[in-house]
Amino acid sequence: MTSPKIAFNWASSCGGCEIAVLELGTKLVELKDKIDIVFWPVALDFKYSDLESMPDKNIDVTFFNGAIQNSENEHLAQLFRAKSKLLVAFGACAYMGGIPALANTKSKQQIFNSSYKETPTTDNPQNITPQTKFIVPEGELTIPKFYNTVKTLDQVVDVDYYVPGCPPVGSQIEKVVGTILSGELPPKGAILGASDKSLCHECKLEKTDRKVSKLVRTYETIPDPKRCLLEQGIICMGPATRGGCGAICLDANSPCRGCYGPLPNVIDQGAKMLSALASVFDAESEEDIRKLADSVVDPIGTFYRFGLARSLLRRTKE
Amino acid sequence: MPEKIGVYVCHCGTNIARTVDCKSVAEYASHLPNVAVARDYQYMCSDPGQEMIKKDIHELGLNRVVVASCSPLMHESTFRRAVSSAGVNPFLFQMANIREQCSWITENRELATNRAKAIIAGAVTRVSFNEPLEIKKVPVNPDVLIVGGGITGIEAGLQIADSGRKVWLVEKEPSIGGYMARFDKTFPTLDCAACILTPKMVSVGQHENIELLTYSDVIDFSGYVGNFTAKIRKRPRYVDEEKCNGCGQCEQKCPLSVPSEFDCNLGKRKAIYRPFPQAVPGTPVIDREHCLYFTKGACRVCEKFCPRGAIDFEQKERIVEVPVGTAIIATGFDVFDASRVKEYGYGRLPNVITSLEFERLTHASGPTAGKILLRNGKPPETVAIIHCVGSRDHNYNEYCSRVCCMYSLKTAHLVHEKTDAKVYEFYIDMRAFGKGYEEFYKRLLEEDVTFVRGRVAEVSEVAQNPSEKGKLVVVAEDTLLGIVRRIPVDMVILSLGLEPRKDALEVAHTFSISRSRDGFFLEKHPKLAPVSTAADGIFVAGTCQGPKDIPDSVAQGGAAAANVLSLIDRKEVELEPSIAIIDENVCSGCKICLGLCPYHAITFDEEKSVAVLTAALCKGCGVCVAACPSGAIEQQNFTNSQLLAEVEAVSA
Amino acid sequence: MQEKFEPKIVGFLCRWCAYTGADLAGTSRIKYPPNINPIRVNCTGRVDPTLVLKALASGADGVLIGGCHPGDCHYTNGNIKTLRRFKLLQNMLDQFGIEKERVRLEWVSASEGERYARVVESMTEEIRNLGPLNWKRKEMEVIA
Repeated sequence: MTSPKIAFNWASSCGGCEIAVLELGTKLVELKDKIDIVFWPVALDFKYSDLESMPDKNIDVTFFNGAIQNSENEHLAQLFRAKSKLLVAFGACAYMGGIPALANTKSKQQIFNSSYKETPTTDNPQNITPQTKFIVPEGELTIPKFYNTVKTLDQVVDVDYYVPGCPPVGSQIEKVVGTILSGELPPKGAILGASDKSLCHECKLEKTDRKVSKLVRTYETIPDPKRCLLEQGIICMGPATRGGCGAICLDANSPCRGCYGPLPNVIDQGAKMLSALASVFDAESEEDIRKLADSVVDPIGTFYRFGLARSLLRRTKE
Repeated sequence: MPEKIGVYVCHCGTNIARTVDCKSVAEYASHLPNVAVARDYQYMCSDPGQEMIKKDIHELGLNRVVVASCSPLMHESTFRRAVSSAGVNPFLFQMANIREQCSWITENRELATNRAKAIIAGAVTRVSFNEPLEIKKVPVNPDVLIVGGGITGIEAGLQIADSGRKVWLVEKEPSIGGYMARFDKTFPTLDCAACILTPKMVSVGQHENIELLTYSDVIDFSGYVGNFTAKIRKRPRYVDEEKCNGCGQCEQKCPLSVPSEFDCNLGKRKAIYRPFPQAVPGTPVIDREHCLYFTKGACRVCEKFCPRGAIDFEQKERIVEVPVGTAIIATGFDVFDASRVKEYGYGRLPNVITSLEFERLTHASGPTAGKILLRNGKPPETVAIIHCVGSRDHNYNEYCSRVCCMYSLKTAHLVHEKTDAKVYEFYIDMRAFGKGYEEFYKRLLEEDVTFVRGRVAEVSEVAQNPSEKGKLVVVAEDTLLGIVRRIPVDMVILSLGLEPRKDALEVAHTFSISRSRDGFFLEKHPKLAPVSTAADGIFVAGTCQGPKDIPDSVAQGGAAAANVLSLIDRKEVELEPSIAIIDENVCSGCKICLGLCPYHAITFDEEKSVAVLTAALCKGCGVCVAACPSGAIEQQNFTNSQLLAEVEAVSA
Repeated sequence: MQEKFEPKIVGFLCRWCAYTGADLAGTSRIKYPPNINPIRVNCTGRVDPTLVLKALASGADGVLIGGCHPGDCHYTNGNIKTLRRFKLLQNMLDQFGIEKERVRLEWVSASEGERYARVVESMTEEIRNLGPLNWKRKEMEVIA
C-alpha cells in the first residue's frame, strides 16, 4: 500500500504554522514512515517545477498556510488545488487572512510608500519601489505582483477543510492529521481541530457580573488572575472565538485575541464581538456611552485582528 | 421541500396603483426565485382577494405567501387568517408595505415602482426562510385595573363591575369624581354636574365588585395581555378607613385652615379634610404638609374629638400588588396655565379669573356660596369671556380643546342667571358640533350676549378715557366690523384649553404606551380603534386621549369597558410567538446575555454551563439575540437567516 | 444624460415607534424621497451590527436605525443597548472609511410622521452628495 502523499505550503505567513507542525515532536518521526512528503519548502529542497510536473490530484492532502497577498501566493494556491485531492486551509491566515490581512486597512500604494520611502531608517533617494519586471544585462527578472487586498485561501480556490489557530495548537494538529489520514472524512467545508463552543466554555476564569464600566490596555493594569478579564476591562475576544486551543493565552493572563475565528452560527466575528461588548457597557447616557466607545482605540485591529479578510466588509474603503 | 411562493400585489383602488405600476411589479415578482405565481388585484383584503389566495394555495400547492399592499399593522392579521384557513401556517406569510411607506410618500411613479420592487424582493427572499410557528394562547385574568376615577373611569368601572367582574379603581386624589365634581352646571342641558355625577360615585363606592383605592398611584405595571401585575402605592390618609364613619367632627374641630385646591385656592379647607361634601370615599385625609401635628408636633385635636378613634398618625404607606388581565387608563386632563399668556394679566390683575375658578364661584358649595363676585365682594356689571386661551395657538397648543366654546356659552348663561351683568364673548369660531349644542348657542344669542369675533390682544388696566377708569379693558379686533375695539369690563373670564396631565409622560412610561404629538395618549387608530393602544390589553379613555366633553368621555369609558369585557369573555388571547430560543448545544456559557433581559427571562444552568430562557417571560425584543457572540440565540420569526436574506435582497 | 444617483438606504425600524411613525407619514401623505427600504423589527435592540455591515457590503449606500426616544422603549431600554452598539460601530465604520452620514441612529416616536420624513429626506440628500458606496465594485476586490 502506498503512503499517502502530503504537501505543505506557506504563502503570506510568518512561519509559525510550520513550526507548529514541529510541535508534533517525536510523532513526526513516527509519521515520516507512514506518509510521503512531496512538497515542504520550509524544510526540504523542492522546486516549483516539481509541483508543476505532477499529475492532477497526485497529492492526497495539502496543508496550505498563509494568506494570499501576491500573485505567487495565488498561483501556488491554484496549482495546489489542481494537484491535490484535499486542500486544507491551515492556520488563521489561510482561513481568515490572519495578521497579514490587516494590510487591508491600507492600500498597496500606502504600504509601498511606508515601507520603501517614509520609514525613518529607509534611504531611498530615488524613490524606487518594487516592479514586477526589471531588465538587467543578464536578462529579465520578475517578482510576484503585490496585491492591494489580502485574501483568504477560499476566496481564490475551493477549499476542503479549515484548521483555525495562530498557530493551531499541537494537540489539535495531531488530531486533524489523524482524522484526515483515517479515511473517515468529515463533510466538506468542516472546521477541524477546534471546539464548536466559544473559548468561555473552556476558560477557567470566574465570570460574575457581566458589566464593563471601563476599558484598559493590558499594560495599564495587573489583572486579578482568577477573574474574567473582560469584566476587568481588558477586551478579550473569548466570547466570540472558537475554543479548542485550551485557553492557553488566558492561562498566561493574556486576553484571547480571536485567532481561532468565529463560532459556527456567526458570519462576522468582529461584528458579533462588537455587539456583545457594547451590549454590556455599563453606561446609560449618550455621553458616557460615547466615552466608553471612544476608549476602544483601534476597533478594526481589536475585533478583526485575525479575521479581516473573512469579515463582511473585508477591507477599508478605497 | 422547495418553497412555492405566491405573490399578490394590491392596487388598493388607486391608493397604490396611482403611483406604483402594479402590473409591472407583479411581472417582476414572477421572476424572483421560488415564486410560483404573481398576481395583481384591486383589493386584496376584500373577500374575492382573499379567495384568490386560498384558491392558489389549493390549486398550485403554494406553501408561502407574500402580499404587497398596505402596512402589516393594518392587515397582517387579516391575511394570516386567510392563509391559515387554507391550510398554510400563518407565519409562512409575509407582508410587503408598498403603501404607507412607498406609494403614499412620493408622486414619482418610476421611483415608487422601483421601491415597490425592492421591497417585494426583500419579502420574497425573507419568506423562504420563514418557519411555521404555533401561536401561543394564554388565559386572561378577568380582573381589571382602571386608573383614574373621573367620570370616564367611573363609567367604565360601573359597566365592568355590573357584568360581575372585579375592578380595581385607582385614583390619586382623596376622592373620585375628577374635574366634573368641580363643575356647577354642564352644557347644553344645564344639568347640575354633582346631581348626575354623585349617584354614580356612590354606586362605585358601594359596588361589591369595585375595589376602590383612592389617594393611591400605580407605581409599576408589568406583564403582558391577560397577565399583568400592577403595583399600587396607597398613600397614608392618617385616618383609618375601616373605623371612620364620615361624621365630619374632625374637620369641624381642626383649627388650621389652608387654601383649598378643589376651590382653585379661592376658598379654604382644613388640614384634615374631605375635598368636597359628596366625596367618595367619605373618609377625610390629613394634609401632612400643613397639619400642626406633622409640622410642629402639636394639636391632635382631631384625634381627641373623633368618636371612633379613627385618627392614626402612624399610618404608613402600603404597597399592594394586584394581578389583572387588562387595564384602562382614564387619567384625565389638566387645564392650561393661564399665567403663561402674560398679555391677559392672569395672576397680576385681580379680576381676571379662569373658567375653572368661575365654576367654583358659581358652585353652591364654592367659596362664595354660588354668588358671582369681584375680589372686592361686589357683583360685576360687565363681564368678558375670552375663548381659546392656550388653544389654537402655535405659541402654546395648536389643537382646539373642543369644549371651550360650549362651556363659554354656559358661563355666559350662568352670569346672566346670577347677575345683571352685560356679557361680551370674544371668540374665533363658534364650535357647536354636538347634540343640542347649536340650539344652545342660539339660546345664548337670544339672551343678548354680545359676541365679538376676534382674538383678544390684551387685557389692560390702563385707562385711555374716563369710561375705562377702574375697569379692565379688553382690546380685540372685531373682524366682522373691521375695527379694533376697546371694551371696558369689571371681570374677565379666560376659557382655558385642556392639556395632557403633568404626569402624562410618567404614566406613559409606566404602562409602556405612546403619546401623540400633542402629548395626549396615543390611540391605536383614530377612527377604528380610538380606545385601544398599541399595547394589547391596555386601553385609554376620556380626556387623557384628547380633549372631549362629558358625553364623549362617557362613550369612550363604555367603549373601553366593552373592549375589556370582550377580551375577558374570549378567556384566552393569542400571543405573537416572536420569542427568543437558546440552543444549548451552541451556547458556551459566556453569560453576556444574562443581564441584558429587561424581564429577567434568562437564567444560568451551572451544571450544563449554559444560559436558559423562560419562554413565558420573553416578550420578543431580540436584544439577547443581537448580543450573543456565539449566535446561540435565535428569535422566532426574526431569525438571522430571515433578516440577512431580507437585507441582502433589498441592498442588491 | 447622467442619471441621477438614487441612494439605496436600508432602514431597521422598531414596530412600536419608528415603523408606526413612518406609517403615519404615509397616511398623512407627507412626501419624502422613497429611497428607504423599511425592515420591521420588534425593537432596535434586535439590530445586530452584523446586519448593518451586511447591508453595506451587499450594495446599500446607507443604513438608518429608527427606534423609540430614550425612556419610551416598549421593552424598557432596548434602544439604549442599540445606542451602545451604535457608538462603537460608528467608530469602527469611520476606520473602514465609511462616512458618518451613511449610518444613522434616530429616535422617531409613533406620532412623529413629519420628523421621520425629514430624517429620511436629509439622509437621502446627504448620501446623494456623497455618492454611491458601491462596496461590491471591482476595485474594492471584495465579493459580498
